[in-house]
Amino acid sequence: MAEFKLPKNSTYKKGKTWPAEEGATRIKRFNIYRWNEDDGENPRIDTYEIDLDKCGPMVLDALIKIKNEIDPTLTFRRSCREGVCGSCAMNIGGKNTLACTIDIASYKGDVNIFPLPHMNVVKDLVPDLTNFYAQYASIKPWMQTQTPTPSGTERLQSPKDREKLDGLYECVLCACCSTSCPSYWWNSDRYLGPAVLLQAYRWLIDSRDENTGERLDNLEDPFRLYRCHTIMNCTNTCPKGLNPAKAIAEIKKMMVERQG
Amino acid sequence: MSDIKRPTSPHLQVYSWSLEMALSILHRATGVALGGGVLLMTWWIISTATGPDAYDQFRMFMSGIIGKTILFGFTFSLMLHLCNGIRHLFWDMGKGFELEDTHRSSKMVLFSSILLTILCWVIGYGLI
Repeated sequence: MAEFKLPKNSTYKKGKTWPAEEGATRIKRFNIYRWNEDDGENPRIDTYEIDLDKCGPMVLDALIKIKNEIDPTLTFRRSCREGVCGSCAMNIGGKNTLACTIDIASYKGDVNIFPLPHMNVVKDLVPDLTNFYAQYASIKPWMQTQTPTPSGTERLQSPKDREKLDGLYECVLCACCSTSCPSYWWNSDRYLGPAVLLQAYRWLIDSRDENTGERLDNLEDPFRLYRCHTIMNCTNTCPKGLNPAKAIAEIKKMMVERQG
Repeated sequence: MSDIKRPTSPHLQVYSWSLEMALSILHRATGVALGGGVLLMTWWIISTATGPDAYDQFRMFMSGIIGKTILFGFTFSLMLHLCNGIRHLFWDMGKGFELEDTHRSSKMVLFSSILLTILCWVIGYGLI
């Protein structure tokens, strides 16, 4: 159910400030959410002052600089540093995005960094994605067929049918969209959320997949699909420029159309 | 790991509002308000059926500042719910999902619902 306030153990307070080194001229302040399970305390916001002249251009560069040079206890996920792995998804400046593809210069004033919203926190900026991945597995994200595999050739697809996957296959499952969605905040136990529904649609319209009916049956549910109220946060926030809201609308259309 | 009480990361507290997000929650709020407004209309209809005294009572209340404020809010709720409802019909057809479209339609919904509300009251007062 919708709980608008944070639970008692989740409210956060101001933490430590790490001042910039002497002689720094272009100082930018990064306010970063910190929590660890060891000290038994509530989350806090630590402030790190960074000299932009000695830092790369992206928010991830600043995070890596902090971890390497200032505070090695700062914990976050990252891998590819070029927007194809989706690991460094977090809430920066009030919007979910990938730390590696967002310019520090795009933020006026302080840069506020939180973990993806309304998730269980493992440590600092690392959210627990177990439920998210389980939901992804629940839509069976692989090709399902009934007919025998053609001999000596792959299952072919016309360029026109292949085009239908554009804007869907690019999703890196960073969870920015799902964790931006208020419906998902209040009902993530039953609503699949935009990222998983976009993936569901990716298999629904794949011309080679032969389990369309069963896939739709699994989504025909007041919560799994229909908790989407077109709030549009998903599309507004997707760091890959995809449109989960439209994909969900297409699934809803398929539901109506198959009733004849 | 399972017996650790993990904090919930901040959500409404930190997420920046967009016009789309605001209109979405307003759509729900105005829907609830319209439910309340229907009670007011029921009172109106019952008072006309009951007789002149009951109708006078209703009129007294509605011409006061509280009544007028409620009626103005009801008009705006109706218009916003109507305009945004029309947008939802387009969305149900899979249309208007590109970001520039939703930004434009958000402004259109807000603008037209304000305009219709004012128009309603101007006509109601016989000003045009």
